[in-house]
Amino acid sequence: MKILVTVKRVTDYERKVKIKPDGSGFETEGMNFVPNPFDEIAVEEALRLTKEHGGDVVVVSIGPNDATQQIRQALAMGAQRGILVQAGELDSDAVARVLQKLVEKENPDLVLMGKQATDDDANQAGQLLAGYLGWPQATFASKTEGLESAEEKAQKPGVKVADGWASVAREADGGIETIKVQLPAVITTDLRLNHPRFASLPGIMKAKKKPIEEIPVASLGVDITPKVRVLKYEEPPARLAGVKVADVDELVNKLKNEAKVI
Amino acid sequence: MDTKPKPSTALPVEDLLPGGGFLLESAASKEIFTAERLNEDQRAFYRTAVDFVEKEIVPRHEAIEHKEAGLIPELLRKAGELGMHMIDIPEAFGGLGLDKTTSCLVSEAVARQGSFSVSLGAHNGIGMLPLVFFGSDAQKNHWLPQFADASKIGAYALTEPGSGSDALAAKTVAKLSDDGQHWILNGSKMWITNAKIADVFTVFAKIDGKKFSAFLVPADAEGLDIGRDEPKMGILGSNTCAMSFDNVKIPKDNLLGEEGKGHKIAFNILNMGRLRLGVAVMGGAKYVLGMAARYAKERKQFGSALSDFKAIQQKLADMAVRVYMVESTSYRTTGNVDAAMSKVDKNDPDRGQRIVEAIEEYNIEASIMKVSGSEALDFVADEAVQIHGGYGYSREYGVECAYRDSRINRIFEGTNEINRMLIPGTLLKRAMKGQLNILPVAQGIQDSLHRAASPVPALGDGPMAQEIQLAELVRRATTYTLATAAMKLMTELEKEQEQLMMLADMVIDAYTIDTVVRRAVQAQAEETEKRAELHRLIASIAANTIYENAMARARRIVVELFPDEDQYTRFMELKRLHLDVTQPLVPMKRRLAEAVVEADGYPLPYVS
Ligand SMILES: Cc1cc2nc3c(=O)[nH]c(=O)nc-3n(C[C@H](O)[C@H](O)[C@H](O)COP(=O)(O)OP(=O)(O)OC[C@H]3O[C@@H](n4cnc5c(N)ncnc54)[C@H](O)[C@@H]3O)c2cc1C
Repeated sequence: MKILVTVKRVTDYERKVKIKPDGSGFETEGMNFVPNPFDEIAVEEALRLTKEHGGDVVVVSIGPNDATQQIRQALAMGAQRGILVQAGELDSDAVARVLQKLVEKENPDLVLMGKQATDDDANQAGQLLAGYLGWPQATFASKTEGLESAEEKAQKPGVKVADGWASVAREADGGIETIKVQLPAVITTDLRLNHPRFASLPGIMKAKKKPIEEIPVASLGVDITPKVRVLKYEEPPARLAGVKVADVDELVNKLKNEAKVI
Repeated sequence: MDTKPKPSTALPVEDLLPGGGFLLESAASKEIFTAERLNEDQRAFYRTAVDFVEKEIVPRHEAIEHKEAGLIPELLRKAGELGMHMIDIPEAFGGLGLDKTTSCLVSEAVARQGSFSVSLGAHNGIGMLPLVFFGSDAQKNHWLPQFADASKIGAYALTEPGSGSDALAAKTVAKLSDDGQHWILNGSKMWITNAKIADVFTVFAKIDGKKFSAFLVPADAEGLDIGRDEPKMGILGSNTCAMSFDNVKIPKDNLLGEEGKGHKIAFNILNMGRLRLGVAVMGGAKYVLGMAARYAKERKQFGSALSDFKAIQQKLADMAVRVYMVESTSYRTTGNVDAAMSKVDKNDPDRGQRIVEAIEEYNIEASIMKVSGSEALDFVADEAVQIHGGYGYSREYGVECAYRDSRINRIFEGTNEINRMLIPGTLLKRAMKGQLNILPVAQGIQDSLHRAASPVPALGDGPMAQEIQLAELVRRATTYTLATAAMKLMTELEKEQEQLMMLADMVIDAYTIDTVVRRAVQAQAEETEKRAELHRLIASIAANTIYENAMARARRIVVELFPDEDQYTRFMELKRLHLDVTQPLVPMKRRLAEAVVEADGYPLPYVS
């Protein structure tokens, strides 16, 4: 089976981002960039599925030329080849339209995507893509057996594929909902689907020889005019300092009269 | 929009100075390799190592420190799955045959957990490298693939109860058996890392009590006894034991290298170990600086965060400067070694030997890395505890462990005293052999001190002009002092350890200031403006501080060398290299501290 996986280049979530003084965006100078962690989970799932069922994993990134680095990391994990669509910042709708074009070219049996990117947390592209393609979708894929299970230790996929259908355990509030979708389909991954493997050193060496096709976004003939515009970014308000109370009575008093919560 | 590091350039071979060559010419002249020039692969390897350590090692800190049975071997195998032990193994033996910079970067990442870091280094460093460089093809074919995935673990047994620094005085004896088919070993070893988990040891022993040689001894050999796990001050999760050999019989082919050539193995492996240790301790120091910066930001006293107090800011700035100094000398050195190794012909029948020589060429620099790295880590760990106040003394906070773990690094891989003595000793040995032109250069410097024209190099242009000038003055003062001491004491210098120690510190200063300034100059063109500014700040603080220390040392050495008649002349000579105007450092340190606090630690992390 052929699986298309998306990998977005995002700022390192472990380092604090700084908003530009005018609120128009983020300071990128000196920032570290990593693959979107949800996408790494998608890559891992794709690798496990192709290990079980045979086939290839193609990694797609839409972004600046530097995103080849994130593609290479997926190739180092074991994906077979990469596609870079060279583009500036796009909104989720444009991303979905670009991916639609690629899916029509590549004809995968499955598209695996992170449920959202850790930079804008939009959680839209997968759903929009399924809509444009007219494919079934299963969002927030998780693992019924859990991340401490023997299945996970044995690196078994959480998405079960058989007879042209994929069964997906979806994370819902307080539980798991299992659904079956007919392939081809779009599946988006949640945090508890798998532990992605590390890019091994030999993997990094091998990845250098794997092909990455570069496609300027303009050549795809897709309408990428933004339909959503970000007006402003703001820091969350600073937390106020706490107060110490002498006894329970004072606490109750303050909760009643100052905080007005009881 | 994106700010990517400039495409990396390995050090051009024509810019390669010989080992110790930094004493011969000025900081303005040649390119050096720096962390800014790490290539994409090296950054990717580093990222993998950091990922691995953060996800698999750091969360198991408690279990590691409590010596959970089987855990270290399991973690070493996990590291093996990622290819972390393959870096130094040649491709022909199932490895990746990568450069020393990569090897050191991975060590830097692993240093976040001291016990694991030492166990890993004992396996894929001193445990494995004797085979890589001195093993026969048969020995390498047998062991290296098993070392690569850590299905077999290696260890290195040189030290004995009676011989530590004086390693060649080992008393363990090897005798050929009557039938000539086996070696029979008797004796004992002390302080052997990984002893309980190792499958095979490189053991040093004297054939017939005379010829110092190395042997491969399997852990299950009969008569080999491994003692109790030594109760230690730090790196509690690493295993260290004494060993005894009671007629231990091993096949004749287990001799490693040639009979009587064990000293070459012992000293070269220690030298390679110092490269890695120097970088590892710097990685540890970066990590500890991170803990200190985050704590200083959170903890409030007198209504302010600790990081708002100038005395604490000064500490954070000083810590960052020390890290930068070691980071700079470390990667300059690995860049030199890599460039020297790349010059070795792929088809040279003695390729292995040539590579050993290429690494040996930079043994002065490796000793510098080891000494200044381990002392920087001690300094940083100590200040981190101080910044934590009482909480720093508690086992509940990471800095307490870092403080204890740090201390070993000044002791093993050659004590810092032994390494200090090696630094001027090796320089002068090379000078006497005509391999390094120190004496003519020193003569030139001395001549310039007698001419009417000022011997202080003119202030150039550019943002780092003053620092370049300071670096050049330190270089001249160091070369002058070293040569003066050598001429005055000749062969007696060896016995004047006090002078040797101070001379070593001057050479360390000279290498550090030269490297830091060159790096900061290069960074101006290679880094984003924000980072370039930090390079300038740090290099400026470092250059001014080092300059003052180095000049004071030079004066002290001259006083000790010439207690009477010539003192005044020498003093006057040195004085001509003196520059009164240096920069105020406090504003720079405050600015730097701000950057440390903002970055939650070392403010120039590698970016990818
Ligand atoms: C945790 C740990 C792990 C270790 N792992 C290993 C290992 O895996 N394999 C291995 O072979 N060894 C290992 N060692 C041994 C280590 O390398 C030695 O402890 C070290 O070389 C110092 O030797 P020593 O302890 O005998 O000290 P000594 O040599 O007795 O030195 C004591 C002091 O005297 C100073 N001194 C010694 N000689 C001179 C001199 N000529 N002039 C001036 N000062 C001098 C030293 O600098 C030191 O300060 C380990 C040690 C420890 C503590």
